[in-house]
Amino acid sequence: MNAGLILLKVLVSQDSLGDAIVNPVIVLGAMGLFLGLGLAFAAYKLAVPKDPLVEKISALLPGVNCGGCGYAGCNQFAEAVAKGIAPPGGCVAASDSINAKIAEAVGVELSDSVKLAALVHCNGGHSARDEFEYHGPPDCVSATLIMDGQKTCSYGCLGFGDCVEVCLFDAIVIGENGIPIVDRNACTGCGKCVEICPKNIIELWPVDREVVVACASLDKGAFARKACTMACIGCRKCVKVCPVEAITVEDFLARIDPDKCINCGLCAVECPTGAILDTAPARPKAYIDGSCIGCTLCTKACPVDAIHGELKEKHEVDSEKCVGCGLCVSKCPKNSIRMIGAKSYQHGQEFRV
Amino acid sequence: MNATALLSMLLAAPSSGNQGFDLGRMMAIIIAAIFVNNFVLSRFLGICPFIGVSRQLDSAVGMGAAVIFVMTLATIGSWSVYNLLLVPMNLGYLKTIAFILIIASLVQFVEMILQKFSPSLYRALGIFLPLITTNCAILGVAVLNIDEKYSLGYSLVHAIAAGIGFTLALILMAGLRQRLELANVPPALRGKPMAFLIAGIMSIAFLGFAGLGG
Repeated sequence: MNAGLILLKVLVSQDSLGDAIVNPVIVLGAMGLFLGLGLAFAAYKLAVPKDPLVEKISALLPGVNCGGCGYAGCNQFAEAVAKGIAPPGGCVAASDSINAKIAEAVGVELSDSVKLAALVHCNGGHSARDEFEYHGPPDCVSATLIMDGQKTCSYGCLGFGDCVEVCLFDAIVIGENGIPIVDRNACTGCGKCVEICPKNIIELWPVDREVVVACASLDKGAFARKACTMACIGCRKCVKVCPVEAITVEDFLARIDPDKCINCGLCAVECPTGAILDTAPARPKAYIDGSCIGCTLCTKACPVDAIHGELKEKHEVDSEKCVGCGLCVSKCPKNSIRMIGAKSYQHGQEFRV
Repeated sequence: MNATALLSMLLAAPSSGNQGFDLGRMMAIIIAAIFVNNFVLSRFLGICPFIGVSRQLDSAVGMGAAVIFVMTLATIGSWSVYNLLLVPMNLGYLKTIAFILIIASLVQFVEMILQKFSPSLYRALGIFLPLITTNCAILGVAVLNIDEKYSLGYSLVHAIAAGIGFTLALILMAGLRQRLELANVPPALRGKPMAFLIAGIMSIAFLGFAGLGG
């Protein structure tokens, strides 16, 4: 006799064995039905209406909850965008095309904004002297607790890589010289590293400003120099050479105003210690074409004497000397000078002089 | 069944009338549930959140609060269903499956209510509630209430105390693990292995309470 037949017999006969199966089935089934219906009813009654716009924006966002937009997570940001509080391009982790889609969903034009990336204001690393040997837990926060870290310079990077740990996008690595290197393409400007750095030397900096001060030392020149060979000593050479007055020196430290800076890189050439870095991958060179009338204005404008030529004759650029600052371009009355060589520069890059 | 009869039934013990509601027994239950028979460290229930949610003190406190909350509600639900439905129908052996059903739907229901009426509490407890749905500590407290033949009053006391014991273990663990972040742990033991070692040592420490109270 097979099992099905037994079951059928048991179910049909109203003996105690039948009760033992039928009762639990009924009770559990009724409980399940009751609870299930209750939940379904509750889900219908207690449903929290969700804005379809919020869900649409949420779906577009990367969903890593990095907090770079200033909200707790992607969902909160989506809600703020839907309400019109946050700008639709506020997500720093999303690509331009995704931001454009979000803006389209909200029905707003995306405003032009330059991407910000992390910039470490220190280039000391192994060039910065150690005051003592540190044997504590290998992270910057712990090291800072002991006499402000093991470096003689109390402002600079300690190099344990808390910023590397905290970066969600693997955009930071500790370089050969013991200083974090930021991959400016991978960096989304979320600012996690800015928060964690106990020395407060990481800043969000527009990616298109490629000349940067890589020092944060407020020590007097002599002290700073003793602590680190790469330190800014506040000599003001950069201030003098800057054609647009973008650099100020305060407390023995040069600061570049990214709004004024034109990426000319002259300060990096002049800096005696190497505290100002020119991070441009390649510099273009000035090229003077045949329309030159020999007015000599460019010769006077060139800060490195790279242009020479007689009056009323075509001028030539000494490409060895030219640093690609582009100052001559705007001075030329005949528009005969172009910057050539580095493609990244020619691509949509205007010198704002 | 009139209201008075129901009330007296809820407050008295389900099986016999010999358990009054005395303070001494209540204290014994509380001490036993928090320290002697700590749910995590001597009954080994709820190990999953104990290891999983004990990295930060804040989330440990949140999880603990959520567990106390759900344990209390689950006790009310499971005790009532057992004593008012299953026992009269001679179906006491169905308690495990019935309790799972009740706890799972209860947590869902609580989650909906919180989301609707208290978004702030939902944000604080919300992520922990799904974790609790299938938590063995909750089922444990429901089953233990039945096994010990507690009245509803004692069951509630027991549930709250068990939740406090769970929270205590979680908070202690979180505190230790936060300190551990700064310690120089050998690479092979970093993370979970070290957490298990610590849990073992804490468990031994809690054995010291054996014999106290119940």
